[in-house]
Amino acid sequence: MNLVGSFFGSSIGRKIIMALTGVILIGFVVVHLVGNLQIFQHPDQINGYAQFLHQLGPLLWVARIGLIAAALLHIWAATVLTLENKRARGGDYAFKHTIQATFASRAMRWTGVVVLAFLIYHLAHFTFGVVQTETFKDTPPLNHYLMQNDYRVAGFTVVKAGADVANVHSMVILGFQHKAVAVFYIVAVGLLSLHLLHGFNSLFQSLGLRNAKWSGLLHKAALALCVVYFLGNLAIPGAVLTGKLRPQTAKVAAPAQR
Amino acid sequence: MVAASTPPSLSVTLRVWRQAGPKTLGQFKDYAAKDLNPNMSFLEMLDVVNDGLTIKGEEPIAFAHDCREGICGTCSLTINGKPHGPGRAIATCQTYLRSFRDGDIIVVEPFRAAAFPLVKDLVVDRTSFDQIMQAGGFITARAGSAPEANGLPIAKGVADLAMDAAQCIGCGACVAACKNASAMLFVSAKVGHLGLLPQGQAERDRRVLAMVHTMDEAGFGSCTNQYECSAACPKTISHDFIARLNRDYLGATLRRAFQPEAATTDGGGA
Ligand code: HEM
Ligand code: FES
Repeated sequence: MNLVGSFFGSSIGRKIIMALTGVILIGFVVVHLVGNLQIFQHPDQINGYAQFLHQLGPLLWVARIGLIAAALLHIWAATVLTLENKRARGGDYAFKHTIQATFASRAMRWTGVVVLAFLIYHLAHFTFGVVQTETFKDTPPLNHYLMQNDYRVAGFTVVKAGADVANVHSMVILGFQHKAVAVFYIVAVGLLSLHLLHGFNSLFQSLGLRNAKWSGLLHKAALALCVVYFLGNLAIPGAVLTGKLRPQTAKVAAPAQR
Repeated sequence: MVAASTPPSLSVTLRVWRQAGPKTLGQFKDYAAKDLNPNMSFLEMLDVVNDGLTIKGEEPIAFAHDCREGICGTCSLTINGKPHGPGRAIATCQTYLRSFRDGDIIVVEPFRAAAFPLVKDLVVDRTSFDQIMQAGGFITARAGSAPEANGLPIAKGVADLAMDAAQCIGCGACVAACKNASAMLFVSAKVGHLGLLPQGQAERDRRVLAMVHTMDEAGFGSCTNQYECSAACPKTISHDFIARLNRDYLGATLRRAFQPEAATTDGGGA
């Protein structure tokens, strides 16, 4: 078998694909959360950050295509392996017994599916504005926000004070003022955290980088990551639901003079 | 103090999977097993039940067994959903009735895996394991008389680890316990055992690629890292060997892909 065949055509190869794409997706969700937490700062922060990302232009598309490819490969491998695994059992046991497999590990398939459903809603919500269009960042008045200060990344000013940018800050808060949406987000990121708990542990095993000497530490790290990740994500819709985060309508400025 | 010479006997109901052959439909049948000695092994109890069935002119329960001392791996069956029964680090033949309580209903099923087709009742065909072994679970070397013991130095830790892997008796409990009927623990033990020792190095890459390929072809599932296998293993083979197998497979795949090809196979020169 050639190199591509060994990865795409073998059970271990497909597991390695799942692990590597999993690393990319975990990296994304963690960075994404850190970016999102800027919502607790001045609206300049998250609005400047969103503007900065959009200014990346072709680079943003490279990242997006990479992420889409990673997600598709991950889902493809999961589906193919699951079907093979069902076939490998043949007839099921009448007496089903689990010795020690964790709940998170046994729930991977449906937590994965719920996360995918969430991802689709999430993109329709905040990226494409297909749902909750009235509070989308391209819909007036949210399409205008006047930056009051410079937005800096690594010391470089990337968005200048006075720039007219989209109001992502208000979009997110208004979006989460729909209770059902906020609760759906919380439940979905909870399930995503559970998915990551097994996924993070599992990817080290699939890549051959785990053994009894440090599996205890690895599991603690996975648990810590998932709890912190969940709390971080809970904070945003949670703060909107409890009224701690409010849209700063006063600062939704009139169109900038050009 | 004198220990009671005859422990109290116990009676259980066996709910056994009966299936006349691979093509017929199977079903559970209940058998009352009465007044059993708790120090009987599970297989001895099946012998007693079968004696009764034979006397009544009924077909005895087919089950596989051989050594009855935990070293051959033949006694493959599932007791209450767990391969080899409730104990840890023991095979069915080393499971004693004292692990059960009087009045228990015990469900006895064959190992269920597409790669282990059912032969009859509790007996499955584990030829697929032999095929995996034939693909690479050996060393192609002159098998003369035993060499001088210390002629080939092996570090103690490495030898110990290889011996851990070599304990695998190929019973198939890992496949039976795995949610995906995966043979990864078995293959990883065989690949790990030979791959750790100096004699196994020459064929190390070829071995892992061939054994994994044969495993996939046989219709086993893949590993979801839930470690039901090592928990069910009568020899407590560690799933750390699976991580090692994954690493070996990755390395062998990359090495093979980027290795230059020999111009000839006849020992040089055209
Ligand atoms: C409470 C949690 C989250 C919040 C508040 C949030 C917020 C956002 C926002 C505001 C955007 C649009 C940025 C823009 O284009 O202006 C976005 C995009 C995105 N989010 Fe989230 N997000 C959350 C959780 C997640 C999770 C858990 C995932 C992954 C499974 C995810 C995946 C994505 C993806 C793939 C995009 C598209 C990136 C792109 O446009 O290239 N998000 N998110
Ligand atoms: S009969 Fe040989 S291991 Fe049980």
